[in-house]
Amino acid sequence: MTTTTMPKTDQVTTPSTAQTPLPDADTLRKWLRDMMLIREFEVRSMQAYQNKLAGGFLHVYNGQEAVAVGCIGALRPDDPVITAYRDHGHALARGMDPKVGMAELFGRIGGCAKGKGGSMHFFDAEHHMYGGHGIVGAQAPLGAGLAFATKYRDEVMGSSKNNHVTLCFMGDGAINQGAVHEAMNLAAVLSLPVIFIVENNFYAMGTAIDRSTAAAGHICDRAAGYEMESAVVDGMDVLEVYRGMKPLVDYCRETSKPVFVDMRCYRFKGHSMSDPRKYRTHDEEAKWELEDPIERLAAHLQGAGGVTAEDTKAMAKTVRQEIRAAVDWAKQSPEPPIEELYHDVYVDRWGPYTGTSVPSFMQRRSSDREQTNDA
Amino acid sequence: MTREIHFRDALREAMSDEMRRDERVFLIGEEVAEYDGAYKVSKGMLEEFGPRRIIDTPISETGFAGLGIGAAMMGLRPIVEFMSWSFSLVCADQILNNAPKMLYMSGGQFGCPIVFRGNDGAGGQLGSTHSWCVESLYANVPGMKIIIPSNPYDAKGLLTSAIQADDPVFCLESERMLSMAGDVPEESYTIPIGKAHIVRPGTDCTIVSFGRAVHFCMEAVETLAKEGIDCEVIDGRSIKPLDIDTIVASVRKTNRCVVVDQSWSFASVGSEVAAEVHRMCFDDLDNHVYRVHSDDVPAPYAWNLEQEMLPNAHKICQAVRGVTYTA
Ligand SMILES: Cc1ncc(C[n+]2csc(CCOP(=O)(O)OP(=O)(O)O)c2C)c(N)n1
Ligand SMILES: [Mg+2]
Repeated sequence: MTTTTMPKTDQVTTPSTAQTPLPDADTLRKWLRDMMLIREFEVRSMQAYQNKLAGGFLHVYNGQEAVAVGCIGALRPDDPVITAYRDHGHALARGMDPKVGMAELFGRIGGCAKGKGGSMHFFDAEHHMYGGHGIVGAQAPLGAGLAFATKYRDEVMGSSKNNHVTLCFMGDGAINQGAVHEAMNLAAVLSLPVIFIVENNFYAMGTAIDRSTAAAGHICDRAAGYEMESAVVDGMDVLEVYRGMKPLVDYCRETSKPVFVDMRCYRFKGHSMSDPRKYRTHDEEAKWELEDPIERLAAHLQGAGGVTAEDTKAMAKTVRQEIRAAVDWAKQSPEPPIEELYHDVYVDRWGPYTGTSVPSFMQRRSSDREQTNDA
Repeated sequence: MTREIHFRDALREAMSDEMRRDERVFLIGEEVAEYDGAYKVSKGMLEEFGPRRIIDTPISETGFAGLGIGAAMMGLRPIVEFMSWSFSLVCADQILNNAPKMLYMSGGQFGCPIVFRGNDGAGGQLGSTHSWCVESLYANVPGMKIIIPSNPYDAKGLLTSAIQADDPVFCLESERMLSMAGDVPEESYTIPIGKAHIVRPGTDCTIVSFGRAVHFCMEAVETLAKEGIDCEVIDGRSIKPLDIDTIVASVRKTNRCVVVDQSWSFASVGSEVAAEVHRMCFDDLDNHVYRVHSDDVPAPYAWNLEQEMLPNAHKICQAVRGVTYTA
């Protein structure tokens, strides 16, 4: 068995606090709530999977919540985000309604993709979430493409400049895929405003990073090969994530140059629901669990005085209620009607194909909007 | 001696037997060594053969598939495992452009005795990127053989033949069948690639199928028997070469034919079989060939939609009733 395999590594670069002030207390509280929401969503996802309400593959985000919340916290709300199949956290951090996410897991019509995508494919156009993607590395060229499009719209089509920054997340396992290197090189050559964030949780399934990856402790050297700015960030602490990411996001926005981040984190659970985690020790897991990002932020907020232990408890309670409501809502949502098979295959209607339409959560919102406009 | 083992064990026995017999054979792929295989097909092989012959790779399909092809050009006999054939699309250039054409492009100098193997077809709610049935897509390419075992006995015999073969062979397995038990001889044996197997003799209708779908056919046949329709079921065993002779002989007897192919219908294994049967049995047929496929849509995640999309016993019964005018 492999023992603890943390390679000798580049040091985490701690940006100076003075340069990157933290957001206000309300925002920090919201981050705590968001991380709790993600954790609770995952706890209930696993339950649902065991109860056969969800099927397929389920990869949960427990332990990595600070990464999605901190990185997305450093973005503007309309900046694009794309990731791999461990995607619930990013979607929720981006603002996806947990009901809609849960319904997707249950394969119901109310889901973000009408039940057609499942756990690995959380998409939410309203929140600029361009998907979870199931093929390892496949989202990296797409991330470059999103960034290309934002820049193209600014430079070729735009009357106003939006200067979007795209976040493209991937696992440490993805960095050995050709597609990722092609995307990085393209992003550098075409000067695209995209940040490639490697959620380096040290394992790809049962393969510890140093068994699969040359110079595993120095993956930022790969970015150097493309003359790309890079940083190593502590992904177990949302404040560090924010402090690390904010200057990079600003740099990327100002210069329209790609950035690469080695985001150190740990997945608390197995790779998927069928993984007995024999490739790592309990000691190693226990050590990382001490760094629980939710507890770290809670401790910070309590230390800083603004939040009491009671506040945190109350917050946890509301979050539990919200997710329970999401589960109930998802259970009530009907299975997709059989006609959905031939819907959304083509925009065009031809033969058996019936065109396309947005999912109901977006229809609801747009009809809400129409009503407010009418009023 | 014969005993009951699982499909995954049968695959492992074929690989291990050949590795013991032939030093040129090695196994490479994601999680095949220390993890015992993502689906435990290679369980214990690292222990027996060591890390030089059972090789874990990074998630780099283009890299390790291509590495296998290069090694085969040098005369080794690689077995390359794809966790799923769905992931082989990442390295389509290597497996479709290099492996099957090397012999031809080099004018007979460099062959490519390699086996690519892994799970094919719907694993159960895995969504559209992970549920590929690659058989129709890949069968279009000349230069490689495709085997698709439907039970443990065939799995061991066909895979053994594949490893011994001098040409590239794609072995399509199914996650849904890996735990299926069946009688398998302990000793090594081969099943010729390109010979179909008549699983059930019958007189009223020939049903041709491949891989996991053979079991849907057997389920359907029981229902149909109660209705008085006696079907002959042919398990193609390999798709390339296709044993059209066995199929044609059967159709000349039954005068009706249904093809059950889990891939999409357009330009598929099913359409190939149908075209050949129409050509060779034109005067024998009471009806045109009926085909059962997956619906021509990406695989959906939702359980009910996926069930509706895939071939199943119900759809096969409908097709047989249609082709025999008993609907
Ligand atoms: C091209 C491809 N090959 C293999 C797989 C199977 N697979 C799914 S996840 C995974 C491990 C990925 O690990 P990593 O990138 O580190 O992400 P993490 O699971 O740690 O978030 C593998 C091998 C896949 N989905 N796509
Ligand atoms: Mg990982």
